[in-house]
Amino acid sequence: MTKADDSKEWTTVIESVQGWYMPDLRGLWQYRDLVMLFVRRDSVATYKQSLLGPLWFVIQPLMTTIVFTIVFGRIASIPTDGIPPFLFYFGGVLCWQYFAANLNKTSDTFAANVGMYSKVYFPRLVTPVSLIISNLIVLGIQFVVFIVVVVVYRLRGAPIQPGAALLLLPFLLIQIAALGLGAGLIISTLTTRFRDLAYLTGYGMQLWMYATPVVYPVSQIPEKWLWLAYLNPMTPIVECFRYALLGSGTLRLEPAIYSIVATALIFSLGLAMFSRVERSFMDTI
Amino acid sequence: MTKTVISVESVSKRYQLGVINHGTLRRDLQSWWARKRGLPDPNLEIGKAGVKAGTTFNALENVTFDVQAGETVGFIGRNGAGKSTLLKILSRVAAPNAGSVRIRGRVSSLLEVGTGFHAELTGRENVYLNGAILGMTKAEINRKFDEIIDFAEIDDFIDTPVKRYSSGMYVRLAFAVAAHLEPEILIVDEVLAVGDHAFQKKCLGKMRDVRSEGRTVLFVSHNMTAVNNLCARSIFLEKGKIIADGPSSDITRVYLRSASVDGGSSWHLDASTTPDKPAYIKDVFILDPNLETREGYELTQDIILRVRYRLREPMRGVTVGLQVLSEDNGETFISLSDTELEMSRLEERAAGTYLADIRIPARLLNTGLYALRVGISRGRHDIYDVVDGVTFRVVDSVGIVMFLGFERKGSLLSLQLPWTVQAEPELVNTDRK
Repeated sequence: MTKADDSKEWTTVIESVQGWYMPDLRGLWQYRDLVMLFVRRDSVATYKQSLLGPLWFVIQPLMTTIVFTIVFGRIASIPTDGIPPFLFYFGGVLCWQYFAANLNKTSDTFAANVGMYSKVYFPRLVTPVSLIISNLIVLGIQFVVFIVVVVVYRLRGAPIQPGAALLLLPFLLIQIAALGLGAGLIISTLTTRFRDLAYLTGYGMQLWMYATPVVYPVSQIPEKWLWLAYLNPMTPIVECFRYALLGSGTLRLEPAIYSIVATALIFSLGLAMFSRVERSFMDTI
Repeated sequence: MTKTVISVESVSKRYQLGVINHGTLRRDLQSWWARKRGLPDPNLEIGKAGVKAGTTFNALENVTFDVQAGETVGFIGRNGAGKSTLLKILSRVAAPNAGSVRIRGRVSSLLEVGTGFHAELTGRENVYLNGAILGMTKAEINRKFDEIIDFAEIDDFIDTPVKRYSSGMYVRLAFAVAAHLEPEILIVDEVLAVGDHAFQKKCLGKMRDVRSEGRTVLFVSHNMTAVNNLCARSIFLEKGKIIADGPSSDITRVYLRSASVDGGSSWHLDASTTPDKPAYIKDVFILDPNLETREGYELTQDIILRVRYRLREPMRGVTVGLQVLSEDNGETFISLSDTELEMSRLEERAAGTYLADIRIPARLLNTGLYALRVGISRGRHDIYDVVDGVTFRVVDSVGIVMFLGFERKGSLLSLQLPWTVQAEPELVNTDRK
């Protein structure tokens, strides 16, 4: 009964929300089974009771690519660094959509899960992390189709030269995930107070895409505007992604380093804000 | 040697009343700009000006207690006394504003039944998902899987999506998962069991098992009989403070006495708050035939129970239920739900405020003290609001007893049933002269 024998470690200590917290990575690891079950739930729930099932994952980027090829390739005739326009846009769309999906889905974390969060505790990071993994699986399926298309073009003699830069791909994917997750978490914490930010996000993402070399290559940007384009951390990522897969594009060291630093900052800020708000959001939402 | 498994130290929880923010950035900026220029806030609703931003409500104030391993503690108190806030803090859903809680061991609560169930997934997939949400690992669920299915009695349907389940099967499966968690500390909220007797029994049964295994149980209830039977110790909360803490038999007596003193024959939602619920109760009145509240209600007159509730949005499958309980022992006398009387009410009800009157006929309830419990729910597991602790006394001042000149024999009901009497014609024997 004395306080002395209480000094042994406690499993849980609950205190008021003050200052900043380290993200609960140990908790995330303890709940890794839940992460995978959420991934499974998301993918199963998406295609159950749908006509085309997982095909939807492929149809969406294909349709976007076809539209881009017609509008920007045929009508606007934007040069594509000597790559067949269809492949050029396909590569850009895959890269951008993985980023956009990460950001869009994680930016909704608190609002979409109030029901669950108000009843039971588990490390809240489980939800956004599981979304990133779900999106990666979708990207994997799309990638298979992409490779098939690339092989077909190669057989018909298109000048595509994927090289050693392919080795950069895993690193690029990690950076896209970190940037999308970081920005998504920042928005998700802000939407607990300002719900209209959710509408802004969808619109903002469209504008952001046009500020990123998805429908045009960096080589087409006038020299005096280049600094502005490189202010966008997604610019070197998309360009490098396409370079790795198709073998053409503009690679520069300084923007890449800046992009990595910006990603690290946004990612850390997102984690820090999320770790704080996950403790107190029940009072404001 | 006893071991402290929960240590709550001077925990306080404040909620902000009135406007925290307007939910949109534009309106926040507008209000801020207006304040800056000394103009009235354009977003303050007329009539709400009384509640200034920054007014706070103390849901919990300086609450301190310890729980030892193996104890079963009852938490009692009226609506808004802070019980559910305390539970939320203990289950880590909300954080306190001050103070600290230390817990040893895994906490699980039967508040969480069915959390995260996904309609498209099969029973099997949902067991894994729900189990993991509640903190089990995959290996743990594998080990207990057969037991869970046995308990839920649904083995034939385990690979059917749960959207095809009856609500009974759904709740059984959800409960089975929660019941097999084997937490060191179990939190049970009795409100959960509103309107479903079998389910309540299962909850209480599970509680007994957990207790007999030497684990710790926290039980929140309005049912004093259950608290007395199950818990050796009780804590009585009132307005966010601990009023009394001690042996259940003493504490429940303190609670009942305070309830009959200031419970009153009507209840009104605090006008300054708007509950954050899709459906909530605004007022509960107990009225005589002239629609007035009284100290005591005449045995020989009808009693009208009036409930005003509000639906924020159009809702389907909503049921408003009502129970009349004896204040002495918590025995239920009358239990009604408005959908039972008219099934069409299960269809969509428009948003708005509703007024429901229920007439208890004269001479049904005998003299004594009664408590009313009103609840709004959907299905069996979405409980939106419950109001408890409205009490009323049935008296007999007309004096049937005095009139008759002798005492009636005691009975639960004072129901007067038709009693026909007729003289049986005497048999006339014509043979005998």
